[in-house]
Amino acid sequence: MLVVMGLSGSGKSTLVRCLARLIDATSGSVTIEGNDIGAMTESQLIDLRRRKMGMVFQSFGLLPHRTALENVAFPLEMRGQDRVSRIARAREMLALVGLAGREGYFPRELSGGQQQRVGIARSLAVEPDIWFLDEPFSALDPLIRREMQDEFLRLKGMMAKTIVFITHDFDEAIRLADRIAIMKDGAVEQCDTPERIVMAPATDYVAKFTSAVDRSRVVHAGALVVPVEGRSVQGPAVDAGDTLHALARQLLCDMRDHIPVTAPNGAMLGLLDRAAAVDIILGPET
Amino acid sequence: MTALPGSQSGIRLDRKAVSRLLLVAAVLLLIGRNHLPAGLLRLPEAAVIPFADWINIGFAFLRDDLGLMTLTRAFADVVEFLLDITANLLYGKSRWPNLGPIPWVAIAGTAAVLGHALGGWRLAALAGGTFVWIAVMGQWKWAMETLSVIIVASPLSILLGLLLGSLAWRSKLAEQILNPLLNIAQSLPHFAYMIPVVVFIGVGPKAGAIVTIIFSVPPMIRMTLLGLRAVSPEIIESGKMSGATRWQLMTRVRLPAARTELLIGVNQVIMQSLAMVVLASFIGMPGLGQKLLQLLQALKIGLSVEIGITVVMLAIVLDRLSKAWAHQQPEHHDVGASWLARHRMLALWLVVLLAAFALSFVDPYFVEVERKQALSLAVPVDAAVNGFITLVNPVTDWLRWFLITWVLIPLRDSFLALPVASVLIGLAAVGWRIGGRRSALICLAFVLPIAMSGWWDRAMITVYMVFVSVALALMLGLPLGVLGSSRPERAGRLLLICDTLQTFPSFIYLIPVIMLFGVNDVAVVAAVVVFATVPIVRYTIEGLRNVPAETIEAAAMSGANQRQILWQVRLPLAVPTMLVGANQSVMFALFMVIIAAFIGTQDLGQEMQRALSSTDVGKGLTLGLAVAFMGLTVDHLLLTWSRNRNRELRGLNG
Repeated sequence: MLVVMGLSGSGKSTLVRCLARLIDATSGSVTIEGNDIGAMTESQLIDLRRRKMGMVFQSFGLLPHRTALENVAFPLEMRGQDRVSRIARAREMLALVGLAGREGYFPRELSGGQQQRVGIARSLAVEPDIWFLDEPFSALDPLIRREMQDEFLRLKGMMAKTIVFITHDFDEAIRLADRIAIMKDGAVEQCDTPERIVMAPATDYVAKFTSAVDRSRVVHAGALVVPVEGRSVQGPAVDAGDTLHALARQLLCDMRDHIPVTAPNGAMLGLLDRAAAVDIILGPET
Repeated sequence: MTALPGSQSGIRLDRKAVSRLLLVAAVLLLIGRNHLPAGLLRLPEAAVIPFADWINIGFAFLRDDLGLMTLTRAFADVVEFLLDITANLLYGKSRWPNLGPIPWVAIAGTAAVLGHALGGWRLAALAGGTFVWIAVMGQWKWAMETLSVIIVASPLSILLGLLLGSLAWRSKLAEQILNPLLNIAQSLPHFAYMIPVVVFIGVGPKAGAIVTIIFSVPPMIRMTLLGLRAVSPEIIESGKMSGATRWQLMTRVRLPAARTELLIGVNQVIMQSLAMVVLASFIGMPGLGQKLLQLLQALKIGLSVEIGITVVMLAIVLDRLSKAWAHQQPEHHDVGASWLARHRMLALWLVVLLAAFALSFVDPYFVEVERKQALSLAVPVDAAVNGFITLVNPVTDWLRWFLITWVLIPLRDSFLALPVASVLIGLAAVGWRIGGRRSALICLAFVLPIAMSGWWDRAMITVYMVFVSVALALMLGLPLGVLGSSRPERAGRLLLICDTLQTFPSFIYLIPVIMLFGVNDVAVVAAVVVFATVPIVRYTIEGLRNVPAETIEAAAMSGANQRQILWQVRLPLAVPTMLVGANQSVMFALFMVIIAAFIGTQDLGQEMQRALSSTDVGKGLTLGLAVAFMGLTVDHLLLTWSRNRNRELRGLNG
């Protein structure tokens, strides 16, 4: 799972279109399972898309003359799957994204969030190995966007796929990403975990981006662990997977300088420097 | 090409100066016309190029040496076969499949159900009522002759338009070839299409159908291209990512997604077909048009009003039905809805059909209305018209006398008195002022061939009639438009009337004017004025209404009163749109003047009719192209002006 993040014009949409070969790369190559997709013939490419790729679009890209069900079944229809099985599969996919009962609706009869759910169901109908999402939630209003992000995380948790997610919203990137690539003027500035991007920006540009971010929501206790080195280990431990934000109340009240950190399996990882953590939560002293 | 405001003021000044210089030269030539050598007054015989002979040689080559004739005749036979089928079904012409005629109640019922499915009860009443009217008035056969051509011709030209439009969309080269051809085709008057068809096909219904196909293809090509271009790239990408092949992408993604534009193209095809099929009576196409032509020539006003009403109603029904289809949006059915609920219209149709056939078994009146059973409004209409005419006669007589003596004849004489050189230079001046050297050259390139064709005098008469008509149309249309735009409801009503008037075949406009003014120049001008006023009203309203509300509010907050807002804000901002309206008005006027030839004019149209009756392709096409070039000159000037003005007002992207 990679989130590509950048401002408009930074080349992120171009990048994803190169990966899907919707546009031809002028130089360089994209290989999928060892095959250069730039060298593929049209029929090979079509075959690849029918079996291995799915894509979600910013303005949904639904076919206005087809119902939600027919839209989801469209990729299956393209690859010649028989009517009964593709309708069954499309129904299943719509139910998965929470649109059971709306199968007969046409896109214009659905809200933006619902349309994008159809788009997501369609992109997953062929069980792709690679899932592209091109700013899927940018066209939605903030409340729906948040709901859809949760939906995305739920779906992501259910499957093992290579996911490329494009966004211009840094908060969204942090919320969803395993890794983030930040792009500027067509080049990747930094590609790293959200924590490392926030804590150790590679360039000034990245730093500018991350400056307004509430770090305590990004940084996990595990990231600040220092070795014990003979310091005393006492009292209750915190979970390495919790963000500092989640631990904030406890950290501010706790009187220990160093707090033990444990992995989810209970193993001891080391100590959390409370002063450093508080600095991140409240900002450094001035 | 064009200078930006402010940034390159040097060039703008220059353009003005050149234009003024040319204008002075033109005026000097005009003043000194009595001392000019004859070659500048009219082009000398030696400069006249025998375009007509060249075209005739070309056509003779196509026909005799290339054997194109066999091909066209074969195509015509296919069309005739299709026409026979529809003719048999619609009005029982004794041809294969010998099933017809379908009882008229069944057809009227079908029309009503179709209307209901597309646009609710009102459209159902309109569509059904029209067919009932046709049958009851005893016009069934004529109307069905007309309709059968539309039924055969429209699908063929839609198909042809789709193919050519997709070709132009796919290949840049095809588009570059098609574009100028379409421009010329859409400014060629109706008659110019008929003459080659008569040469290759002959006269009669199949010729009428073929000329209708050719005439109605261009808008479909345009709308196909437009529609395919307008499909959002994301929809296409989503199709590609779904693994669609090129063919699948075209048939299941692009074309369905362009549905609305394509159906608007279909609407235009149908309306163009109707306009053409009515006029095709000139080449022996039977039906409403022929009947109307005969009745008008015999000055039987009452009967021609009856036919006129039918044509108008047919036009409205066809237009509303196809527009409703274009704007129809799909709607879902509830889950688990029964077959009856999902196919309500189909069920309704079956019931109506059943009832219709049952009725037709009860009484043959419901199969075919015999001539003696038919109703007629002719007697009361004639009486009413006579009464009305005696009432207004003093006014129309005076108006006719005044217009002919004081406006038309003097104007015609002065247009004819203009030296060719003066006209050409004057036109170049206007072109230079509007669009610089390029426009001046384009205008000359269009108008010089007219001078060299040897038809200059006839062309000047056409110009004078169009000029007078459009001037009168502006005088009528501008105040009407301004008045109409003052309130939204009024604007809506007026626009609806304009829309409806525009759907009428141009021929129809001749009925009332012949009724009022008889057969002369005044009648022609009156018909053209009515026809040409419609786009002016329309675009004036649209231009005035589309001025941004914020701009008007800003003016109001600056303390401008209604009159000041109109003159200082709304009118100046509406000018580009109004110019487009003026352009359309000129085009309409040009077409109408040519059609009006048959009530006796002396212009290019009259000559074109002669060429038609003597099937002289060369002469006909030369004249047709002369008309087209006049149209294209005005089109270029007014649209360039409108575009530049728009750019000045709204910035480069406006």
